[in-house]
Amino acid sequence: MKLTVNGTEHEVDVEAEMPLLWVLRDELGILGPKYGCGVAQCGACTVHLAGEAVRACQVTAADAEGLAILTIEGLGQGDALHAVQKAWLLHQVSQCGYCQAGQIMQTAAFLEGRKASNAGLPTDPEIDEALSGNLCRCGTYPRIRAAVHTAARAVLAPLSAPAEEPRE
Amino acid sequence: MTLAQALSRRKFLIGSVAVLGGVAFGSYSLLRGPKEHPLGSDAPDDAMVFNPWVVIDARTVTLIAPHADFGQGVTTMQTALIAEELDLEPGQFEISFGGPSAAYANTALADLAIPFATSDRSALADGLRAATDASVAFLGVQITGGSTSAPDSFEKLRMAGAMAREALLSAAAQKTGLPRESLRSHAGAVHLPDGTGLPYTTLATLAAGQPPAASIALRPAESWRLLGKPLRNVHDTAIVTGALRYCIDLEAEGLAHATLLLNPRKSGPALSYDAARALSMRGAERIVEIADGLAIVADNTWRAFQAADAIDVDWPPSAHLAEQADHWAALEAALSQTGGGTVWRDDGDAAQSFAEAPQADRIEASYRVPYVAHQPLEPLSVMIKASADRLDIWAAHQLPGILRRRVAWRSGLSMAQIQFHQQIAGGSFGHRFEFTAIDGAVDLAMQMPGRPLKVTLRREVDFAQDHPRPIGMARAQGVVREGRVEACQMVAAGPSLVGSTVSRLGLPYPLSDSQLAIGLFDQPYALSDFRVAAHQVDGLAPVGFWRSIGGSGNTFFLESFLDEMIHAAGADPVAERLRLLTDPLARKVLEAAAEMANWGRKMGPGQGQGVAFSLVYGVPVAEVVEVTETDQGIRIDHVHVACDAGPVLDPVNFTKQVEGGVLWGLGHAINCKITYAQGQAEQANYYDHPGLRLGQSPRIDLRILQNAPVLRGIGEPPVPPAAPALANAIFAATGQRLREMPFADHIDFA
Repeated sequence: MKLTVNGTEHEVDVEAEMPLLWVLRDELGILGPKYGCGVAQCGACTVHLAGEAVRACQVTAADAEGLAILTIEGLGQGDALHAVQKAWLLHQVSQCGYCQAGQIMQTAAFLEGRKASNAGLPTDPEIDEALSGNLCRCGTYPRIRAAVHTAARAVLAPLSAPAEEPRE
Repeated sequence: MTLAQALSRRKFLIGSVAVLGGVAFGSYSLLRGPKEHPLGSDAPDDAMVFNPWVVIDARTVTLIAPHADFGQGVTTMQTALIAEELDLEPGQFEISFGGPSAAYANTALADLAIPFATSDRSALADGLRAATDASVAFLGVQITGGSTSAPDSFEKLRMAGAMAREALLSAAAQKTGLPRESLRSHAGAVHLPDGTGLPYTTLATLAAGQPPAASIALRPAESWRLLGKPLRNVHDTAIVTGALRYCIDLEAEGLAHATLLLNPRKSGPALSYDAARALSMRGAERIVEIADGLAIVADNTWRAFQAADAIDVDWPPSAHLAEQADHWAALEAALSQTGGGTVWRDDGDAAQSFAEAPQADRIEASYRVPYVAHQPLEPLSVMIKASADRLDIWAAHQLPGILRRRVAWRSGLSMAQIQFHQQIAGGSFGHRFEFTAIDGAVDLAMQMPGRPLKVTLRREVDFAQDHPRPIGMARAQGVVREGRVEACQMVAAGPSLVGSTVSRLGLPYPLSDSQLAIGLFDQPYALSDFRVAAHQVDGLAPVGFWRSIGGSGNTFFLESFLDEMIHAAGADPVAERLRLLTDPLARKVLEAAAEMANWGRKMGPGQGQGVAFSLVYGVPVAEVVEVTETDQGIRIDHVHVACDAGPVLDPVNFTKQVEGGVLWGLGHAINCKITYAQGQAEQANYYDHPGLRLGQSPRIDLRILQNAPVLRGIGEPPVPPAAPALANAIFAATGQRLREMPFADHIDFA
């Protein structure tokens, strides 16, 4: 079976029903997507499948074959961080960090989707809805909400976005 | 005076030693008896051991951060303490967690071990605290918990940095022949008058030969470059790029993936099991018996999970009360006794005051808090490898010293053969005090020597094995008269948290557990008639340390009942608390929170404000919660927090800990309970114990007061007031009084 992850094609020999999460983690050593619940309750394993945010614990290897898979490792690295990653750094969102790859991937897909459909800047309730499946146990939510607003301005209204300082 | 003499008079002594290619700065400690030895088994008993905080060699500067990072930002804080005095900038050093060793014994934890309020500065309390201090050090307890990391590190780590700086300056003077006074340390180098910079790495070997500075004054807070200002978490970039490696991410050559199938009733090994089908499944390699169940080894974690699912196991019946209703009945029975229990406070005569009060002045209520689980998002995981002469174990753990001893005992190896590698954790909240996964991993590794194994618990197994926050109940009687709260008598009942925890370490706990009454008897309310008693109820589910421990339930009891009494008296909840609060620092935080919230302002229809206060871990915290009753249920709009934990080292991380603590308190109060049926937890995953999600997370504003002279940790103090402040706000908005968590069992939330 062939899987294309972050632009690289991999040949894997796994059961068709093995969840993508465990193909990525244990077969390919791509460890950014995390195991948290195994039942689509926490969102820590969120990746993009053909541009859509999905729970890698619920997508099988067979489902993912032939589609572009993007993990946090492929979203942005080094000097080329995605606007969502930059916003996360600006607001110092993370505590333990374990859920944050999933939160960031969910947010990136949410904002890219709004951009594609020419939707405007999201409201708080729209953000809450979009991230309702991503659990954080440390309690970083106030900063997640602030970071999503910052990232939204960068992705959806880049010309009107004023330079922003951290809130502290 | 010899070094040993000096050590016998002081808790620690900072110094340096030469190491290969450089120098290490740290603290000496005197070892007596069977303590674990960081130098290995060759070191003699009664030896001096040296525990480094700073290592400089020709390649780099390494700072050692012995308190484990579970997301509370302690790695950043510890390295900043050293870097402040050592004149290093962020990014100019590498970080190591160090190994467990006696010099890392956490002395600040003594405050938790004895039954005195941490605000109590009486001579007796200080004396007992000093004695406990010694016994904590004697036990070799290196601990991350109880919000003790910041106070424990505050002086030691800065002193180590200062010592290193002075030695480097002396080394530069020797090397250049220039006067010591003409040199200046800055940004990882010693700078000469002509502007030349000598990087610390070039001075490392010379610095090792410098005599220790006789006395060094730590820099005053006014001159800090890093501390007291927002720091950048050292892990931030790795987190947002998916590069941070937790224990669950570890890899090794030839690694096998394993999971544990553990007795969900916590009552010992399987009576019988059938693993034939599991062993025939693809990738399944071995199934071995371990202490309380089975370990399943495969070539992929998912395959191990699948194989575990295919095993039929017959577990013995529960060793504790099997049904939840019986747990509540046991607490009811304890509270129905006349007398008994431990009296923790008895000012005036509350019972007589109540007996003599006219019916109209009497208030009575009872309250309940359920068991709740920790369930940090990274499930328990361990990597382990048994070799011919050693056992390496990688995990994130809050008791690394005890872990090594326990692993040695369990494996039959000596302490010196156990190598523990502390890992970054995806949360803990008290969960990683436990040895559930460690024990199983050790049993497994000893049966598969030579093979590196990574053990990952399934979320459902982790839930079943969680040692939750204790269940609790309280009955309260009060007297109000002429618009004032006059008397309060509160009796609580619950299991002994400390007793349950130490019993799992194989230790007795013959004392009355102060955690049953913390948050009740020690609160700085000056009521003339105030009595607090607590009953310890044995035979319930095993319980564990949970963020803010005893305070999480007891503050709900006291602050809810105070609110009921104040409303019955027709008084104002803030004004009446201020009348009763004696501690000036406590009064200031309550006044600050009230001012932030514009307390008492006219609220809209269906809106309400609620207030609560607590003083746990020596930190007064006041919280005002504002709610609105909507068509979808109660919405939490805003939480105003004021607290005083003394000097603040990193305002951003401090604020994050407060935000997280408030949300931890709210989320579990609203949404979570663990209940038992047939001796096992009925909740298996986040769908029935969700914590809090973004949509229920309110705006949080914080005012940091810094009137307290002593630095305190802030991880736990914000938790206790959140639940009662919310319940009190819901009463103000709706007239409905919530006396039992989880609140969502009684009222809808948006």
